[in-house]
Amino acid sequence: MKALDRREVVASLLERRGGLLVVAGLGAPAWDCTAAGDHPLTFPLWGAMGSACMIGLGLALAQPRRRVLVVTGDGEVLMGLGSLATVGAQRPANLAVVVLDNERYGETGMQKTHTAYGTDLAGVARACGFATARIIRRNAEISDVRSGIYRGKGPLFFQVKVEPDAPPLVLPPRDGAYLKHRFREALLGAQ
Amino acid sequence: MVPRNTSKALPARVADWPAAIYGVLKSHRVRQVSYVPDAGHKRLIELCHADREMAAVPLTTEEEGIGLAAGAWLGGERAALLMQSSGVGNCVNALTLASNCGFPLLMLVTMRGETGERNPWQIPMGQAAPEALRLAGVRTLRLERAEEASAVTSTAAKVAFEEQGAVALLISQQLIGVKSFEEKR
Repeated sequence: MKALDRREVVASLLERRGGLLVVAGLGAPAWDCTAAGDHPLTFPLWGAMGSACMIGLGLALAQPRRRVLVVTGDGEVLMGLGSLATVGAQRPANLAVVVLDNERYGETGMQKTHTAYGTDLAGVARACGFATARIIRRNAEISDVRSGIYRGKGPLFFQVKVEPDAPPLVLPPRDGAYLKHRFREALLGAQ
Repeated sequence: MVPRNTSKALPARVADWPAAIYGVLKSHRVRQVSYVPDAGHKRLIELCHADREMAAVPLTTEEEGIGLAAGAWLGGERAALLMQSSGVGNCVNALTLASNCGFPLLMLVTMRGETGERNPWQIPMGQAAPEALRLAGVRTLRLERAEEASAVTSTAAKVAFEEQGAVALLISQQLIGVKSFEEKR
């Protein structure tokens, strides 16, 4: 069975996004989020690998009335595996993590990640105390992911199996200070 | 020999430097306090956990706290990160968030590997911590004496939240006391 198309998955999750706050992990997940539409309330990472879930947690704790989504990759989440335990200990009801799992380090030559060798990320998230933790393989399940992100009781974790392809680069701005300022202005007003 | 705890000689109100630090965090509206524990931070961690206005967030590794502080700031809240000096090296790549994006960062680092250290394995990272922070773009301030805790912490908080800089307050091992490795009687 062919795995899911990462660009289609992300576009489905981010259409009609309302007040959703998004953190995009470095590499392809950041390009996917940008391809779905550059947005001031998306904070795309160009570095600090392994930090995406923790940035999502800080944001979710600071904004308990908003929904927060982390879109990241299998390699990125593997580098910060302990952060799943940290999120599990806090149990933020408004946080969802979507891992686009192509089982590869896509930016460095498509080397296999640990998920290709059997690491069960959803199992790790479940064991860390996430309220929901699922592996998603079929397009028909994407509506479940969407309702989880926008309405479900978090923390939620969706490991979405995607094709190990490399869609065209769609790059977000790379000035970190600009990305930070525009996010805060869109969320909090002029500072 | 270095005294076990130099603060014992001071009046109780002045000697309670962790409470003084806590008071500064409160007055600067710090709402998220993350930590990898150190014996020197024991009381401050307890004060933060007891405070219903604060989220006290235990971490599995110190670099998580750099991400947490960035996310807090994106969401309009202020954070502080507590660790011992051996955790500084764990933070280096994540500090990209501070230097590249200009996220405010307030680190409170209890020092090991200084005068009187009895665990030689603490010495390399403790000795390298100030320089490692400097190389990663973090300003350092020193807290040596209990009665200075409020003023020095306040200066650090202003660097973080008013100048929007990255700063580490290095809390002297002399102030914390040296871990004895003797059974408590």
